[in-house]
This record gives sequence, structure tokens and C-alpha cells, in this order.
Amino acid sequence: MLEAIESAVLLIGAFFVLVGSIGLLRLPDFLSRLHAPTKATTLGLGGLLLASMIHFSVQRGDLSLHELLVVLFLFLTAPVGAYMLAKAARHLARPIDNAPDSPTNPD
Amino acid sequence: MLNLALDITLATVAASMVMCFLRLAAGPSLPDRILALDTLGINAIAFLVVFGMRAGSSVYFDAALLIAMMGFAGTIAFAKYLLRGDIIQ
Repeated sequence: MLEAIESAVLLIGAFFVLVGSIGLLRLPDFLSRLHAPTKATTLGLGGLLLASMIHFSVQRGDLSLHELLVVLFLFLTAPVGAYMLAKAARHLARPIDNAPDSPTNPD
Repeated sequence: MLNLALDITLATVAASMVMCFLRLAAGPSLPDRILALDTLGINAIAFLVVFGMRAGSSVYFDAALLIAMMGFAGTIAFAKYLLRGDIIQ
């Protein structure tokens, strides 16, 4: 029973990782491409690490929690990274009218 | 059944890594390439976790955690470089 649940969670995670990469490859512009791999991070890797938690908890006979560290770290850092990339893309797409360091245009 | 699911997952993640690599090679702009590299790191974590389950060993988690941390630092450093032309000022 647990094995069936684990297989299902594993396949759901694999599906979302694949969807994220297909979106990264096929979507038309950068900001929509930025949107796709976020799903691979949260749902895809979340599913795979949940399956791993079930797997090692059953194998060892006690609760295996160190996958939770990876999940927590990724859930904290993925939005920050996506935000920084979006900001960089906006910055690069801006027409060059004044220097980046001029006081009228900080950052 | 579990072994079949693990094999399918490994194949899927490998196909995702190929797609990320194509975007990394083709990506028209620099943020595209950084995003592809970041996603390649995510896929590497996924591959390591599933491979660790298949091998029955939890040693691979340390590598996965390390890739997660270094990948985040790398993405932030690249984005910062694009924003300021400088990483540490």
C-alpha cells in the first residue's frame, strides 16, 4: 500500500519536473519561461522528496526527516532567485537613456 | 512496481535535463541562460534524490543539499552581476 502511494507521488513529481522543463524550452518570452520551472521546483521536487521521505522512513523503520531540509531550503530560495532574475531581465530590457549609476535612476 | 516507477522517473528527469541544456545552449538572452542553469541544478537535485532511492543509500542527500545551496548562490551572483555590473561592491 505504502509502495503504491510512494510510486504515485514519485510519478506526479516526475511529471511536474518534465512540465517545467518543457515550459522552459517552448514558451515564447523570458517572463513566461521564468514561470514554468517554478512549478518544477515546488511541486516536482516536493513530490520527489516526499516520495524519498516515505521510502527511507519505511526502509529504516523510523522517521526520515533530512529531506525536509532540502524542501525547506528550496521553497525559501526559489522565489528569491526568480525575483532576482525577473529584476535583471527588466533591467536589461530597459532602453538605454541614462547610465545605471546616475542619481535619477538608482538600481 | 516501485522499481519501474523509479526507472520512469529517472528517464523523465534525464529528458528534462536535456531540454534545460538545449535552452542553455540556445537561450537568446543572458537571463535565459541563467534560468536554464538554475533549472539544470534543480533537475540534478531531483536526479540525485531518485538515484539515491534506487541505490538504497541516503549518502546522495548531502550532494543534493550542496547543489541546492551552491545553485542558489550562483543564481543570485549572476543576477546581481547583470543588475549592477559588479557582484561585491
